Amino acid sequence: MTTLAYDVAAIRADFPILSRTVNGKPLAYLDSAASSQRPRAVLEAVEYYETNLHSNVHRGVHTLSQLATDAFEGARDRVRRYLNAASTREVVFTRGATEGINLVAQAWGRSHLQRGDEILISAMEHHANIVPWQLISETTGAKLVVVPINDRGELDFEAYLTLLSSRTKLVAMTHVSNALGTVLPIARIVAEARARGITTLVDGAQAIAHEAVDVQALGCDFYVFSGHKLYAPTGTGVLYGREALLNAMPPWQGGGDMIRTVSFEKSTWNELPYKFEAGTPNISGVIGLAAAMDYVESLGLDHIAAHERSLLTEATAAISAIPGIRIHGTAEHKAGVLSFTLEGVHPHDLGTILDHEGVAIRAGHHCAMPLMDLLGVPATARASFGCYSTLAEVRQLINAVQKAREVFA
Amino acid sequence: MELQDLYREVILDHNKRPRNFGRLDPHDALANGHNPLCGDRLTITLNLDGQRIDDVKFEGNGCAISVASASMMTEAIKGKERSEVNALFDKVHALLTQQDAPADDLGKLAALSGVREFPARVKCASLCWHTLNAALADADNASPISTE
Ligand SMILES: Cc1ncc(COP(=O)(O)O)c(C=O)c1O
Repeated sequence: MTTLAYDVAAIRADFPILSRTVNGKPLAYLDSAASSQRPRAVLEAVEYYETNLHSNVHRGVHTLSQLATDAFEGARDRVRRYLNAASTREVVFTRGATEGINLVAQAWGRSHLQRGDEILISAMEHHANIVPWQLISETTGAKLVVVPINDRGELDFEAYLTLLSSRTKLVAMTHVSNALGTVLPIARIVAEARARGITTLVDGAQAIAHEAVDVQALGCDFYVFSGHKLYAPTGTGVLYGREALLNAMPPWQGGGDMIRTVSFEKSTWNELPYKFEAGTPNISGVIGLAAAMDYVESLGLDHIAAHERSLLTEATAAISAIPGIRIHGTAEHKAGVLSFTLEGVHPHDLGTILDHEGVAIRAGHHCAMPLMDLLGVPATARASFGCYSTLAEVRQLINAVQKAREVFA
Repeated sequence: MELQDLYREVILDHNKRPRNFGRLDPHDALANGHNPLCGDRLTITLNLDGQRIDDVKFEGNGCAISVASASMMTEAIKGKERSEVNALFDKVHALLTQQDAPADDLGKLAALSGVREFPARVKCASLCWHTLNAALADADNASPISTE
């Protein structure tokens, strides 16, 4: 097994925050699906940039401006390689997955959607892949159509095929569900849409740190993710878009950097990807993102995935043995996300008690209120794993859940 | 900061066996409260006799702190004049948010004093009080209020 060679202790040593305590207990950080922590390599890349290279990008003839621009554009090429995009013109920097989806909803949606058109999403989308489509539907008259899921939290693929029609203009689906951990058969989903000439957007927020993504092999038109779930700083993100589509889209936000010429009568747009990057970007953050990608690839995404999978298997077995536990999301193909409820203990109370034991999990609706309605629960507790998670943390989680049972006995 | 300070016996008891749980029908006033952070939802119905709270019930779904707080609130305000309820609201609010707020003459409600050590949970405890205010403020208005 590759996991034998996986030195999690050495990896943890790369993440300074993991050695701190919380409430007098060692921190067991099991909330990487909400946001991951940063390795020293990322912190140092950001600091190096801020200490030695910083200036505004694309704007000056002076040395620092050139150095900053080179670093920034170097990061763009790093992202291109990470995603195997054909060109850096297809890599648009955003504030995160949310902004990427809003950009597509506004710039693509406004110019392509009409009354009666349908946007297909799954029943397990994050609000970020629901609300932007509702907003654009309000102005265009398009309609949101939801593909149902089964009891295990898997997409009903037959229903998906049935719902694909001549009215479908866009399929916008998550790659991995943040609330259930389900890994969707995204390649098949995209292939079926493409075969019918339907545009596709993949929300990769939960996939990007856990499996290798090749946008050309996947064949999607748009792929979005956030840097902070990939061990990079917050306020960074990427929209990958197929060049022909990006070219045909009007700009989204106006300002500096996104223009070629401006007069008071009319402005013309810059080339890709700058057309979609109005204003001064998060330069240091993007440089941190590139460092995070180096870091993740040095560990190996398949090694990380295997490690997280073995933790998920252990955690699932251990928590299932606790009376009153119900696991939400039992898909055959799952990422390192364990969503659960404990009978008689509200997830919010569970979160507080676990925190008291040093265990950081997410308790709530996971920005997926429609999914919670479907599950018939107001909220769940969610433990999620990253490259640095350990079996000891899983045990700490299990002990803390037992403690919650005792408090509420 | 100890767990027992938050989850006192009386709170666990009111969570397990909430008092005045249900819905008054007919009622003079109804309000819905929602804490979007944790999904707590509750509905308060009450009947007034002039300025006096003749009867009150709550129903809903929430964490132990919000359920116990609502349960204890209904016990505390039943039969009270609105002016007394307003004074009680202020005292509970102070209890939940100020380190040195006095807990005397609050009765069972004093059990909520541990909540202030857990800032993330203050809204859970105050949701029912805000919802009560909404019900009192407009007996005909059932529009949801939120602690956000
Ligand atoms: C599946 C999914 N999509 C979108 C998002 C939104 O990401 P961000 O808040 O970083 O924009 C998240 C974050 O929780 C997510 O899990």
